[in-house]
Amino acid sequence: MKKWLVYSILCICLSCSNEPTDADTDMYVPTPSPLQIPELFENLIIPPVIPINNPQTVDGISLGKKLFFDPILSANNSQACASCHNPQNAFTDNAKFSIGIDGIAGNRNSMPLFNMAWNYDELFFWDGHAFSLEHQALEPVTNPIEMHNTWNVVVSRLQESTEYPELFRKAFGNVPITKELATKAIAQFERTLISANSKFDRYLLGEAVLTPEEENGLNVFMDENRGDCFHCHGNPNNPLWTDNIFHNNGLDATFSDLGLGQVSGDPADNGKFKSPSLRNLAFTAPFMHDGRFNTLDEVINHYSEGLVYSPTIDPLMKKVDEGGVHLTPQDKSDLKAFLLSLSDPSFINNPDFQMP
Amino acid sequence: MTFVVFCLVIISCKNDDDEIICCQQPIVTDVTFTFSHNWDDNDVNSSDFNTTQYTNANGEILTISKIRYLLSHFELVNTNGNSFPLTGYNLIDLSNPDSFTFNTTIADGIVYPGLYTLKFNYGFNEEDNIDGAYPDLNSASWNWPTMLGGGYHFLQFDGMFNVNTTAPSPFNYHNGTAKISDGVFEQNFVSFEFFPEIVIEPNSSIEIKMDLSEFFKNPIVWDLNTYNTSLMPNYDAQKMMQQNVGSVFSIGQITQE
Ligand code: HEC
Ligand code: HEC
Repeated sequence: MKKWLVYSILCICLSCSNEPTDADTDMYVPTPSPLQIPELFENLIIPPVIPINNPQTVDGISLGKKLFFDPILSANNSQACASCHNPQNAFTDNAKFSIGIDGIAGNRNSMPLFNMAWNYDELFFWDGHAFSLEHQALEPVTNPIEMHNTWNVVVSRLQESTEYPELFRKAFGNVPITKELATKAIAQFERTLISANSKFDRYLLGEAVLTPEEENGLNVFMDENRGDCFHCHGNPNNPLWTDNIFHNNGLDATFSDLGLGQVSGDPADNGKFKSPSLRNLAFTAPFMHDGRFNTLDEVINHYSEGLVYSPTIDPLMKKVDEGGVHLTPQDKSDLKAFLLSLSDPSFINNPDFQMP
Repeated sequence: MTFVVFCLVIISCKNDDDEIICCQQPIVTDVTFTFSHNWDDNDVNSSDFNTTQYTNANGEILTISKIRYLLSHFELVNTNGNSFPLTGYNLIDLSNPDSFTFNTTIADGIVYPGLYTLKFNYGFNEEDNIDGAYPDLNSASWNWPTMLGGGYHFLQFDGMFNVNTTAPSPFNYHNGTAKISDGVFEQNFVSFEFFPEIVIEPNSSIEIKMDLSEFFKNPIVWDLNTYNTSLMPNYDAQKMMQQNVGSVFSIGQITQE
């Protein structure tokens, strides 16, 4: 019955071993920099995904930002992540297909980057083939039609640079530079790219008033008889303005790009792509996975009268046999006005996100 | 002070040989529900989506592409008529097997093993159906438009019908609050109560079965050619769905681990 005494002594001993010892001094703890969660997100949606093995830190974020804007990642030092993910375009570019370092174009439209910590399933790219931001960031560096480099080359360039070894040390402690650490830092920076200050956000917070056009546009968006956009693209209670799920929204009868079907191997997934967020459309043209539409009017016309049947089309695409629900010209232009109220100029001009 | 120390000693001695053997009646603190789905007794899961064809009571051949539904307000009622609410609600998504298991606690703490009637709500009752109030459901885009009364969907059942013809058409069987006219709404949830009573023990697991064919059958034989899309703002369709939901759920296996 006196074991508790032994336990207590043990406990004391255990806590003793928490005192710093010589062996522990290289356990470097960088300064945390928790994500600043916008009020609307805090109130309405569940918390963002931050991997436990990659917490946000001041030095991790600033290293990630430097890497993101640094052409050192590409084989011929000509292209940075930011070349195809430009802050002024809400971190996409304005090309139909982005051009890699060898002048070769890919077959997909670049994607805007924001609010990615709230992509709860963590499936990235149009077809969701990369799980987690950390893994996603490995790919562009070695992609032959993008940065066309090898990580060995990148890591040795970083090691030999005058600045990076110190920056990695500050972010991660005294450990060798690796591709895993580089992509961890990039992912930390990417998680800070938060957009939550559009006119519509301020309207929801009671700080702005919608025009009658924007208000009717919201109703078109939310009305199952008209736009019915909200089943896939969020709603005033889901300010991400996407479900981050894969759908076939009726673009084509047959597919040159199988999308999710290529990744899952399931023909029932052919032609499905991730719903993009409708934030920041003012800055992100052209639209769709292949950049086929140059304007929002073209996008709206597609949903209104351009729908094309294929076996995997989402049943939410109504009246496909008539090409869609045929919105009135007024509803179309109001829908556009509403969509544009989701754009956030303070995001593209945020000084924290510009080229260092 | 001495008393407190004494208690601590007892607790820390729990692992000793001379542990006090408890002679209390066993108690139930939580219940697990599992959800299974069938069409007239044939199992349905997401691998059937878009491919397996089903014939509804009205004779249309259809495929399914998405089903999500919300159950709330689970409750156990003992043979004396005392009711014990269970915590939380569950959004079941047929494409996410994790959602087929729902472990929930007795809200007031415990019940004793015995015979209980099981109750739950399909959807949310008016008190629970608060617009935007549940971050997990908002994140799942489960909201019901404010112009239709707001709150949340109870059911989203999407697919294509007439898939045996050259012109398959979509259906969106979505259920939630019914709109009578602008600004006037009618609740549309369904309270279920299952007889006979079931045995609840510690670690009970209760299977709730959903027969999808019933959505089209009972009491109203559903004609997809008339009621297919844009049913959310359609009062009659909303009330017909509410009626047909009544025969969709039943209790399946009850296991005590
Ligand atoms: C040559 C242009 C180009 C370069 C350089 C580039 N990207 Fe991309 N990025 C794209 C394209 C195109 C896509 C969509 C590709 C797809 O879906 O197949 C994309 C997609 C992404 C996504 C997915 C976003 C989402 O929501 O799913 C992320 C994240 C991303 N890039 C980050 C980066 C990072 C980090 C770098 C630098 C290491 C980088 N990109 C370099 C063109 C580029
Ligand atoms: C069934 C789900 C679904 C519905 C409903 C839906 N969309 Fe989409 N939307 C998508 C998907 C998926 C894509 C990407 C498709 C692709 O690129 O292949 C997309 C793309 C878009 C884009 C392009 C964005 C970009 O960054 O390229 C816009 C704009 C858009 N949708 C607006 C709307 C509007 C407006 C409505 C209502 C009229 C609507 N969507 C209804 C799923 C949907």
